[in-house]
Amino acid sequence: MYITPVKQEDLANNMAEEVKLFKTWSTPFGLRVVWALKLKGIEYESIDEDLSNKSALLLQYNPVYKKVPVLVHNGKPVSESLVILEYIDETWNQNPLLPEDPFERARQRFWAKFNEEKLLPTIMAIFTKEGKDREEAMAAWVENLKFVEEELKGKKFFGSEKIGLADLVFGWMANLIGIFEEVTGLKIVDERYPLLLAWMQEFYEHPVIKDTWPPHDKMIIKWQALYENYHPAK
Amino acid sequence: MEGAVVLLDFWPSMFGMRTRVALAEKQIKYEYKEEDLRNKSELLLQMNPVLKKIPVLIHNGKPVCESLIQVQYIDEVWNDRAPLLPSDPYKRATARFWADFVDKKIYDLGAKVWKTKGEEQETAKKEFIESLKLLEGELGDKTYFGGENLGFVDVALIPFYSWFYAYEKCGNFSIEAECPKLIAWAKRCMQKESVAKSLPDQEKVYEFLLQMKKIFGIE
Repeated sequence: MYITPVKQEDLANNMAEEVKLFKTWSTPFGLRVVWALKLKGIEYESIDEDLSNKSALLLQYNPVYKKVPVLVHNGKPVSESLVILEYIDETWNQNPLLPEDPFERARQRFWAKFNEEKLLPTIMAIFTKEGKDREEAMAAWVENLKFVEEELKGKKFFGSEKIGLADLVFGWMANLIGIFEEVTGLKIVDERYPLLLAWMQEFYEHPVIKDTWPPHDKMIIKWQALYENYHPAK
Repeated sequence: MEGAVVLLDFWPSMFGMRTRVALAEKQIKYEYKEEDLRNKSELLLQMNPVLKKIPVLIHNGKPVCESLIQVQYIDEVWNDRAPLLPSDPYKRATARFWADFVDKKIYDLGAKVWKTKGEEQETAKKEFIESLKLLEGELGDKTYFGGENLGFVDVALIPFYSWFYAYEKCGNFSIEAECPKLIAWAKRCMQKESVAKSLPDQEKVYEFLLQMKKIFGIE
């Protein structure tokens, strides 16, 4: 069992709370927040935005970036997914995303940042670029994956024994890698990374996670259309 | 919490300065090791194999990388003095948001100001000032972003003040003219010993920048 049961008094507390999540149907950043809320058994209202026509509420709650996700707790907004994850962890103590030990906390924060600043931009470069630029991005990606594979040695999750903050930040890989491979025809995570592949499988099928993935067909259509934008038929 | 503390750093790095200020605020004794970034030490490559960057904080032989992660680590280990993050989760989230804003905006925009010319530089200057004004808004009437004492956002932002003179000379503008409240805040921070002894002299930074421009062939 991966989840600690939610106590009755915590449930009672939750009922007095008002939690809203502004996201879109497909954003991986919003999905991280969904996972955190589900892992902790927190009731929330989901508001799916149309990013081409942002709601007045969203612009009011996130005037600096005007982006999703935004978590609104009892009327107070929190923006930026990593900030939101830590806020959730500190506000609702059941099933912690980060352990007590400061070094372990720093380790997970490091890998979360690594994913955000290295892996995400590199995968987008692989997806959007062509020729030599794409080759360079692939080379950087391979370098980065070596480190990720090394980090997973002796661990079931990035959080060690159970899902932690770093797993939620890496989570997009569990479904988007497959979708990117289908759309681009490229092999993006291959058999050189058995630990990462095993983690992707484990995370994808996790009881709390598995029903949250956006519809596969809809995702293929979306990413196929984006791919064609960047690589118009000659 | 006792145990050897080592900081691998590079004197003009704003990121290294953050960790220096945090260590000084908590009055932690540590060994400072200056790195030559064109000839990185074995220790640096061993302690930060993934990114190979400074600063690296080594505590009891174990490395912590990335400046804001180091500041949080320091705050969590030495939690009996000079708290850098507040205890309320919403206030903590606000502090993390603005520290992250500094990371996303100030470094890159500042770099654009000294690296570019003409139209590109004018745009960079404008966006740089706009970002500083947003930070001014967040500061409001407070003495520091952390309230009565230095907090997470203060530590994240104040190192850039040591680069303001260099940005101003390269961009031919006055940051104080546009953001007087922010400069007043910076000067208050500089009154603190932890900050004053952690930041290099602005003239020295400018000299360093001129050398960098020569090396990178930037006019």
